[in-house]
Amino acid sequence: MITFDSVTKRYADGTVAVDQLSLEAPTGEITVFVGPSGCGKTTSLRMINRMIDATEGRVLLDGTDVTTIDPPTLRRGIGYVIQQAGLFPHRKIVDNVATVPYLLGWDRHKARTRAMELLERVGLDTKLAQRYPFQLSGGQQQRVGVARALAADPPVLLMDEPFSAVDPIVRTSLQDELLRLQGELHKTIVFVTHDIDEAIKLGDRVAVLRVGGRLAQLADPKTLLSQPADDFVREFLGRDRGIRRLQFVPAGRVRLADPSAAAGGWRLVTQDGRPRGWRRGDGPLEPYGTFVPGRDSLRTALDAALLTPAGCAVAVDAEGRVVGIATREALDEALAEAADG
Amino acid sequence: MNFLLDFFGDPANWSGAGGIPARLLQHLGFSAAALALSALIGIPLGLLIGHTGRGAFLVVASANVARALPTLGLLVLLVLLLGTASVWPVLIPLVALAVPPILVNTFEGVRGVDPELRDAAYGMGLRGPQVLGKVLVPVALPLILLGLRLAAVQIVATAAVAAYVGLGGLGRYIIDGLATKEYDQVVGGSVLIVLFALATQGLFTIVQRLTVSPGVSQRVRIPR
Repeated sequence: MITFDSVTKRYADGTVAVDQLSLEAPTGEITVFVGPSGCGKTTSLRMINRMIDATEGRVLLDGTDVTTIDPPTLRRGIGYVIQQAGLFPHRKIVDNVATVPYLLGWDRHKARTRAMELLERVGLDTKLAQRYPFQLSGGQQQRVGVARALAADPPVLLMDEPFSAVDPIVRTSLQDELLRLQGELHKTIVFVTHDIDEAIKLGDRVAVLRVGGRLAQLADPKTLLSQPADDFVREFLGRDRGIRRLQFVPAGRVRLADPSAAAGGWRLVTQDGRPRGWRRGDGPLEPYGTFVPGRDSLRTALDAALLTPAGCAVAVDAEGRVVGIATREALDEALAEAADG
Repeated sequence: MNFLLDFFGDPANWSGAGGIPARLLQHLGFSAAALALSALIGIPLGLLIGHTGRGAFLVVASANVARALPTLGLLVLLVLLLGTASVWPVLIPLVALAVPPILVNTFEGVRGVDPELRDAAYGMGLRGPQVLGKVLVPVALPLILLGLRLAAVQIVATAAVAAYVGLGGLGRYIIDGLATKEYDQVVGGSVLIVLFALATQGLFTIVQRLTVSPGVSQRVRIPR
């Protein structure tokens, strides 16, 4: 667990970057620091691995004041991922990943074996191991950056806007990859971003900071969306809070019906159990939308229903086979239930 | 052309204390000593200033002083002060000439490394000297070698002044030839110095290929 205990960072010119910050980043969870530029989110993150030292207050790592640990020793025990990946251009990918193991004195073979394991783990082809950073795309470099941070298996991972320099499609896949990895590894992650959607998607807990380094609200994403603490947080969260909140409501709550229950004469056409489209009478095949009840959110289910003139979302299993449909009435009930909390 | 044939065709020019091999060796000796000394001063200083960011004014000052310093004047002054018993009157002006390009390029090389990269190195837990040795130097190596190459070529070309104060080297052909109006000697000596300078340039190109990581020079084909 990482604890900020009334931490203040004041620079020589009197600028206050972080002001009396107190919060906890629980073990095994992702805590996101989010806020506009100048809110001290990166400064706060960098006080954990002592890239910056606090002026007042203490940062504790599992109860130990970090300022009692020699910075290089502290940093070797904390994974660190930065925006441009910061890979060493003169080293091959495999040696980049093995940086911290080498520093810790692992023998070369063991360090490289570990590096190859991690490349696979972050979804990279191990053929890339013998290349140099400039030969990789931005997204691939960022994956290498994550692999490097994980190489010595540190319990804590600090990520400073790691995905903000890649295009939206790659960013989404990197975010999904991080969530999948976290599901296996259960690291204590502190993640800094200026993107509230990223914060809501990734965070178990989200700390919204305002300019001047003061904590505006610390809450889980669902609470943040439904009960913003003040106008600043409300404005920062932006539009569509109601719709976005539905992504935290599991679609498993939606009552499913047999496809024959579709209203308006719509018939679900299937092939080998998989949906092909909706048809009314002898009309053309119309599009359909699907969701997986055990995996997706109510937002996905609602979206699936809006995609089709039939007005029903098709529920499928993980293999894509139809297990039922969610009618408008069923979705309405689920929405009403979600609104009640 | 005839001068060259006269000079290189004369067997007397190929042996003895005044022969091409001996003079070449002397020239090489001065140049190597001057370059080694300059590197010993310029590289550590450039690394230190570039890494710590302290003392950058020294780099600027040295570059300006060097531009203003007349090599020949300094040489004569040192001969008057120290005599011709040692090689120092020749070495000191050459070092004064060669330190600035080495210092400036080493400094710029280290200072020019992407701050994100430096940040990542510290963030991984490298200590200050490790950041310098394992990251900054390999990444700055092309510029460090450029400084050395410029210095070496300048030294080789300028080391001819050694002859001016009675010391050996390829400059002797030029000085002696001018004095005795044997122009084949002047031309031959000049050609030798030019060839030597070109060879130095070539040597550094090879060293660069061998020592700079393909990841830095980006001189590697992408597999498949």
